[in-house]
Amino acid sequence: MEILLAIVVGCLVATGLYMMMRRSMLKLAIGLSLLSHGANLLIFTAGGLTRGQPPLIPQGETLPPAPYADPLPQALILTAIVISFGLLAFTIALIYRACHVTGTDDLDQLTTTET
Amino acid sequence: MPLILPILIPFLTAALALLGWRSLRLQRWLGVVGAFALLAAGIGLLISVQNEGIRTAQIGNWPAPYGITLVADHFAALLVLLVGIVGSAIAVYSLADIDEPQQSFAYYPLLHVLLMGVTAAFLAGDIFNLYVWFEVLLIASFVLLALGGERPQIEGAIKYVTLNLISSFLFLTAVGILYGAVGTLNMADVARKLQTLDNPDIVTTLAVMFLVAFGIKAAIFPLYFWLPASYHTPPAAVSAVFAALLTKVGIYSLIRMFTLVFDHAEAPPTFPLILVLAGLTMLTGVLGAIVQDDFRRVLSFNAICGVGYMMLGLGMHTPLALTGSIFYMTHSAVVTAVLFLIAGNAHLVRGTFRLDRLGGLAREAPWLAVAFAIAGLSLAGIPPLSGFVAKLILVRAGLEAGEHLAVAIAIAAGLLTLYSIARVWDAAFWKEPPAHEVPIERIGGEHEPGPLLPREKFLLGAPVATLVVLVVIIGLAAGPIFSLADAAANELMNPAGYIEAVLGGAS
Repeated sequence: MEILLAIVVGCLVATGLYMMMRRSMLKLAIGLSLLSHGANLLIFTAGGLTRGQPPLIPQGETLPPAPYADPLPQALILTAIVISFGLLAFTIALIYRACHVTGTDDLDQLTTTET
Repeated sequence: MPLILPILIPFLTAALALLGWRSLRLQRWLGVVGAFALLAAGIGLLISVQNEGIRTAQIGNWPAPYGITLVADHFAALLVLLVGIVGSAIAVYSLADIDEPQQSFAYYPLLHVLLMGVTAAFLAGDIFNLYVWFEVLLIASFVLLALGGERPQIEGAIKYVTLNLISSFLFLTAVGILYGAVGTLNMADVARKLQTLDNPDIVTTLAVMFLVAFGIKAAIFPLYFWLPASYHTPPAAVSAVFAALLTKVGIYSLIRMFTLVFDHAEAPPTFPLILVLAGLTMLTGVLGAIVQDDFRRVLSFNAICGVGYMMLGLGMHTPLALTGSIFYMTHSAVVTAVLFLIAGNAHLVRGTFRLDRLGGLAREAPWLAVAFAIAGLSLAGIPPLSGFVAKLILVRAGLEAGEHLAVAIAIAAGLLTLYSIARVWDAAFWKEPPAHEVPIERIGGEHEPGPLLPREKFLLGAPVATLVVLVVIIGLAAGPIFSLADAAANELMNPAGYIEAVLGGAS
């Protein structure tokens, strides 16, 4: 299972980077979002996979019965998803604005600040 | 309690200012008062660290390493104080520099969210928490950069956003792998657990990933391209706070990670690599500064050169070298801010940042010329100003460590910095102003200058004057700041104290 997820992470990152290499601004945003998905899945995988063992503490005990799924990576991913959602929303708004101001979707045309 | 205040004050300021959305007056007042309160909290924190050593706070009383820990050692406290100083100067300067339509788009709340992100990143004792604060300051900086929405700003913002999001991706990936390797993210706990981890390959991988992730934020060679593409596009106040503080967060994170976490016997040979990168950053930064013809682009490339100096101390990794780095960070935050503010003043007087269209400012604004001369000479490292002391410590440390090539590059970069500053002096202040009909394609940010009101003159001049006085004080009274930086460097070189303070005696 880890191997499969590792391959999926690799595919997501590779696709994301490929999209970012394109000249279109929209594809840049898609690439960025794929990259963040790759990172989230990587945290999930690196934190260790446990099937069907939720970390619930039975009544009267202080520790869940081992082995249990580590809840921390999921908390980390949840935070990271919220952050990447906000950043993606901003990126899309910025790109929309950029298309209006510059009249192009081509990243190679953004050269007025490079003298 | 003093530990949480530098985070809480900008947060409350931003929240209250947002509540007062309709009243620009209220937002302006809150913005300035909040910044000065942050300055006071920074002073308080530094005093308490001086008296009681490393301070920690466990949020919600969850014991470390399970909860979120805030840590303030000398290094972090000094940087928080710098945020307070720069933040206050910028808040006052913005009153006159940022025009009202832009202020009404939540300029002050955003500025304070940015300051909150920066101070909290300095105080974070947990790597994931550091990531979150990075994102907080990033998203505030994205909006501040694009505020106004002119074409160069939008173009700069796209490059800035993309590169910083790639850096965040690398950071997050490294955090995931780190958690998989050691099962904790509390920095002190990570440092302890990595020492017993006998898997040098993963430590090397992690060290390099963090180096690249923070290297993008810190703008080290060859990852700095986003900085000169974007820092000269927003209003002067915004570019000043960016240049003074944001790269410092990257450098702080590098120094923190590489002195605390990746600092044991089996550590990968990253310090020589950092030294090479530092040398190249200094050289490319200053060579870039020489050929630019925009006031703020010259300063942006000089800021990159400064990043090289700060990395130099980390690369040599001796107590004196780190002292030099920390001293340089203190000097650089103040001097970079004031130079950008001077560029902003020149822009308000003459309506342009282009060196070929400026000129004659020495006659038109003599005090501005004096301020630029002092700050510029300090940046170049002329005694008795602050930059001289900072570079002297680094050169001395380099000679002691036997890194003669690095010392030679540092001195050469200093001389070239002097040349780039002299170029700006000649073009903007000394030469005769050009006839106004120079046929140049108008790029964004140029406008017809209008006469300044006396009140505006005061609001624009006072922060510059204060910071210039600080530059002189840091140079003349270098002793106390040196001993502060020295205490900070000693704490960094002996991470056991930090680990003990966070985790207590528990094993």
